[in-house]
Amino acid sequence: MLLQIKNLHVAIEGKEIIKGIDLIVNEGEVHAIMGPNGTGKSTLASVIAGREDYEVTEGEIIYKGKNLLEMPIEQRAREGIFLSFQYPVEIPGVSMANFMRTALNDIRRYKGLEPLSGSEFLLKMEEKKQLVEIQSQLTNRSVNEGFSGGEKKKNEIFQMAMLEPTLAILDETDSGLDIDALRIVANGVNKLRRPDNAFIVITHYQRLLEYVTPDFVHVLFDGRIVKSGKKELALELEEKGYEWIKKEVSAL
Amino acid sequence: MNTSWNCTLINQLNLIIAMPNDKNEILNEITNSDYKYGFVTDIETEFAPKGLSEDIIRYISQKKEEPEFLLDFRLKAYHRWKEMKHPRWAHLTIPAIDYQDIIYYAAPKVKKGTSSLKEVDPELLKTFEKLGIPLEEQKRFTGVAVDAVMDSISVKTTFQETLNKLGIIFCSMSEAIKHHPDLVKLYLGSVVPYADNFYAALNSAVFSDGSFVYIPKGVRCPVELSTYFRINAAKTGQFERTLIVADEGAYVSYMEGCTAPMRDENQLHAAVVEIVALKDAEVKYSTVQNWYPGDKNGKGGIFNFVTKRGLCKGSYSKISWTQVETGSAITWKYPSCILQGDNSRGEFYSVAVTNHYQQADTGTKMIHLGRNTSSTIISKGISAGFSNNSYRGLVRVAKKAENSRNYSQCDSLLLGDKCGAHTFPYIQVENKSSIVEHEATTSKISDDQLFYCKQRGIDTESAIGLIVNGYAREVLKQLPMEFAVEAQKLLSISLEGSVG
Amino acid sequence: MEILNQSFIDTSFWEEIFSQHRSIITQYDTPWITQMRLDALEKFSSLGIPDQSHERWKNTDIRKLLTKGWTFQFKPPEKPVKVEDFFLCEVQGFDTLLITLFNGWYTYKNAPLRILPDGTVIGSLRAALVEAPEIIENYLGQKADFSQNAFASLCAAFASEGFFIYVPDGVQLQKPIQMVNVVNYSEPLLMQTRNLIIAGKGSSLQLLHCDDSNNNEAAFTNSLTEIYVGEGATVDYYKLQNINDHSVIEHNAYIYQEKQSLCNTYSINLHGGLIRNETYNYLAGRHSEGNHFGLYLMDKNQQADNLIFVDIAATDCMSYALFKGVLDDYAHGVFNGHILVRKDSQHTQAYQSNRNILLTDKALVNTKPFLEIYADDVKCSHGATVGQLDKDAMFYLRSRGIDQDNARLLLMYAFAAEVLNRINIPALKDRLDDLVKKRLRGELSICDQCVLHCKSPEKPVVFDIDLSKI
Ligand SMILES: Nc1ncnc2c1ncn2[C@@H]1O[C@H](COP(=O)(O)OP(=O)(O)O)[C@@H](O)[C@H]1O
Ligand SMILES: [Mg+2]
Repeated sequence: MLLQIKNLHVAIEGKEIIKGIDLIVNEGEVHAIMGPNGTGKSTLASVIAGREDYEVTEGEIIYKGKNLLEMPIEQRAREGIFLSFQYPVEIPGVSMANFMRTALNDIRRYKGLEPLSGSEFLLKMEEKKQLVEIQSQLTNRSVNEGFSGGEKKKNEIFQMAMLEPTLAILDETDSGLDIDALRIVANGVNKLRRPDNAFIVITHYQRLLEYVTPDFVHVLFDGRIVKSGKKELALELEEKGYEWIKKEVSAL
Repeated sequence: MNTSWNCTLINQLNLIIAMPNDKNEILNEITNSDYKYGFVTDIETEFAPKGLSEDIIRYISQKKEEPEFLLDFRLKAYHRWKEMKHPRWAHLTIPAIDYQDIIYYAAPKVKKGTSSLKEVDPELLKTFEKLGIPLEEQKRFTGVAVDAVMDSISVKTTFQETLNKLGIIFCSMSEAIKHHPDLVKLYLGSVVPYADNFYAALNSAVFSDGSFVYIPKGVRCPVELSTYFRINAAKTGQFERTLIVADEGAYVSYMEGCTAPMRDENQLHAAVVEIVALKDAEVKYSTVQNWYPGDKNGKGGIFNFVTKRGLCKGSYSKISWTQVETGSAITWKYPSCILQGDNSRGEFYSVAVTNHYQQADTGTKMIHLGRNTSSTIISKGISAGFSNNSYRGLVRVAKKAENSRNYSQCDSLLLGDKCGAHTFPYIQVENKSSIVEHEATTSKISDDQLFYCKQRGIDTESAIGLIVNGYAREVLKQLPMEFAVEAQKLLSISLEGSVG
Repeated sequence: MEILNQSFIDTSFWEEIFSQHRSIITQYDTPWITQMRLDALEKFSSLGIPDQSHERWKNTDIRKLLTKGWTFQFKPPEKPVKVEDFFLCEVQGFDTLLITLFNGWYTYKNAPLRILPDGTVIGSLRAALVEAPEIIENYLGQKADFSQNAFASLCAAFASEGFFIYVPDGVQLQKPIQMVNVVNYSEPLLMQTRNLIIAGKGSSLQLLHCDDSNNNEAAFTNSLTEIYVGEGATVDYYKLQNINDHSVIEHNAYIYQEKQSLCNTYSINLHGGLIRNETYNYLAGRHSEGNHFGLYLMDKNQQADNLIFVDIAATDCMSYALFKGVLDDYAHGVFNGHILVRKDSQHTQAYQSNRNILLTDKALVNTKPFLEIYADDVKCSHGATVGQLDKDAMFYLRSRGIDQDNARLLLMYAFAAEVLNRINIPALKDRLDDLVKKRLRGELSICDQCVLHCKSPEKPVVFDIDLSKI
């Protein structure tokens, strides 16, 4: 068991957003989380990554047998949690290369590994760039600055490839992508799938799931997982729309 | 003269450094360490007694075997200084300075006729090592503030030969006064007159040494020229004076670095830098200022009161100042350009970091006198701890400076809620065809940026170091490569402990 | 009373004048007010008339103007003045509650203090000193710290007259109140007037403050206005200054804002020898907002000098300032902007901008936008530009067949319009539009009329070019 979320309740500024979520993710699995806007998908992702504005009012998260909620943000990252942001932030003046090298070496230091030398790092960067078909010279581009929407998303997957996480959470990495970019992103994910890592893929549409086959699909609605199933659930959802879920929930 | 004070040293190294071209150097990791230059070197030193008087000035001048005109210059400055008042307008809290409690002349004793590194005081060599100047560079250094050393070693360096061939003069001010008195007489005080301001007058009266650069007509200096300043002595002021003259069509890039030992007392540094650029000439002057800033509680540190000014005398001349200011307890410094020649250009790029109880009041003056003159000001202030950081700048476009243009961008970044960031731009425009634009912003590091970095495994301090360096990049990229790497490290180090 | 010129810049001269005329100056005072005068006089004496070494007076030589020599009028005119004889207010669609000062003294038909049905009190400060001492003692000089301001202190020592406005809690005044100070005296007159404006909790108030010359004689107005904006209250304060070339206005406004209040000020400087406005805006309460707009159109040897000091002492406050100037001939424009964000005033958003157009090589602009910030979670910025009309826009207009003069006019008008568009009273905005156009065409010589009472409002100028495209 890689990740276990137990009865998680989360509030922002006193308002409850997540109202009791249970979820178990094992190594080697891909979980898709779907649901309409504003139901708390990004909130869940942010809480796992450790964002500080969110208050966990109840419940716990166990990651690799440890209490995740006690770990500072960067420690979670060093323990292998990676979040592909829905809205990646721009950091002017900080080159992608410098940024990634700092991150990679900080993580390596945490794991007791030697830092990569400049040339080793550059080699690795070239290799991973190809994975997501990034052509541009990342050494002289600032983090996300002047990136188009699609480039930003590809850049997130590139970073994921660089840092080789154990648990990757992709928060709507597919939205706003044209079909080529979507294929590139999906390809990247598939190449990084291993028996010892796991993915949580947050998405609106079934589209991405055609490329990245999920083991489980969960429907999040109003802060709760209201339905779980296999990959067919995604198709059903696509067909019937979220109205269907809303009706089912209100019927309960 | 009494020389029984504690061991002290003021020295200056003129280094000629060839710049590496390896771009990857810039990727060097940001290191973590305390003020690592805070050691004291034990070297036999010769002193003048404390205090300032006409006798002391005569003593200094005589020690340095100066010509009559220079003694005159010093005395005139001294008499004017006595009548001047300490300036009060800066956004600074400056404790009273007792000018009679400062030693105005201290020089390491070195045997005359030193002809190789072996004969240089081994303590001096250790100092260079500690400062991180590699032995290779030590071999190349062309001088220590004492002319005797200078004389004998400079000729041996390969670069010096290159320079000589091109007719470039790069030596200590003392040496220049001896060997090039006509040039010195012509230009000394021509940009910063001896009575310009309180500290410039003080400097003119007592300046110890400094660098002199002359680039002849049409010559592009092929290497970066660099001077390293260090205050080593207790109770001693540092008053160096630098003069750079670029003749018609000449180009030079000059760098200045500085460090000082950690001491509980405040020490005064009042330097003057003058630059003259004749027709079509270009001078690029870079500073990484890392004087001892005092401890976490604001005890000790250097008072850095410096007058730097360049005169774009000829048409199409250009002077560019780049500074990274991380050190000093108090910084009071406005590297300026007088744009006299038509179509001349002035630039000012600055990063000033203050932490703990440091205070900085720094900026520039761009005085547009000639037609079609242009200037750019980019200033990035970063305040942390209990510090105060002010940008103060003047842009003046005179009536005759038709079609002139200035663009200024002054940004402040605040780390923590106990520090202050201030912007005081003065703009005066006297004709209708010129355009002056000024923009300023104040902000903090966004939580989103920090979260993003930390999510990638970077700890808070490194994340701040990264973001701050990114913020300052526009300025840092103006620095010669080697300085840029050093400056990046410095930025991170100076902000250590600024986030809790 | 003719006074020796030089003495006007000596503090001892003012002390002497005060003691000579003390019985007249203080005749309506409660002891509390007299004490306040004495304190202010002492402050003034320790400060002295500022010279140009003073940071805030660097670009304006007020001493020179003072030494021209001035007359005083310590007593109100014997006979009540009929303002209607020379003063007409005809702005179409613009109905105001009008109160006037003539040569610095309140003129009234009915009563020195009028109490409106909703409880609002408007009228003469001199009368309020007598009739409402408890309000006066709670507010006058209580919400403003002018201890470092020589002219405000001087005014506090001498002034016995001015406007008084009190809007009770919760009252939304429907009509703007128009305060007009008309000057028409046969000798160079120096007036000191003091205004107190109190907007109670949740009230709203629109104020129009006009200074007008009625003849061509020099006048020196030193006035001090205090505005208290109560919790949740809204105050719009329009200052229209249109005086002759020999006259000087030194106006200090101190605005104190409680939480969730809003205050917008507008300084429209159309004509005058020296117009100097100092606005000190203290944001004392959370979520308060102070905005300041200014437009100065100067020519000949005129000078406009605007100082805005926004002092933010609470969290979540906002301030926006936009000052624009067009300087012709030998005119001189000065702008001093200063935003101070005090420690712990988090979430402040403050912006200041000063833009200038110089039309000649003899005109001069000094601009100093300062930011002084001690809180870290803030968004602050300022900008200043000096330049000329946009060449590309000029080319665009001329390529459409508009001649150079008209194109210039059009662009200048577009430049000024950014400020005028901020005006919240449509009739006033239209009227000012007209005036600005006239001014830009050089037609508005200082008439003997106030900006708001020209008999025939000019026909709107129709431009067949969409200004938004420029
Ligand atoms: N920083 C925040 N402050 C206040 N409310 C927030 C914040 N972030 C999210 N919310 C609210 O929480 C709810 C869930 O948001 P989110 O997790 O982004 O939804 P989803 O990703 O499913 O679209 C929404 O109602 C949103 O308005
Ligand atoms: Mg979302």
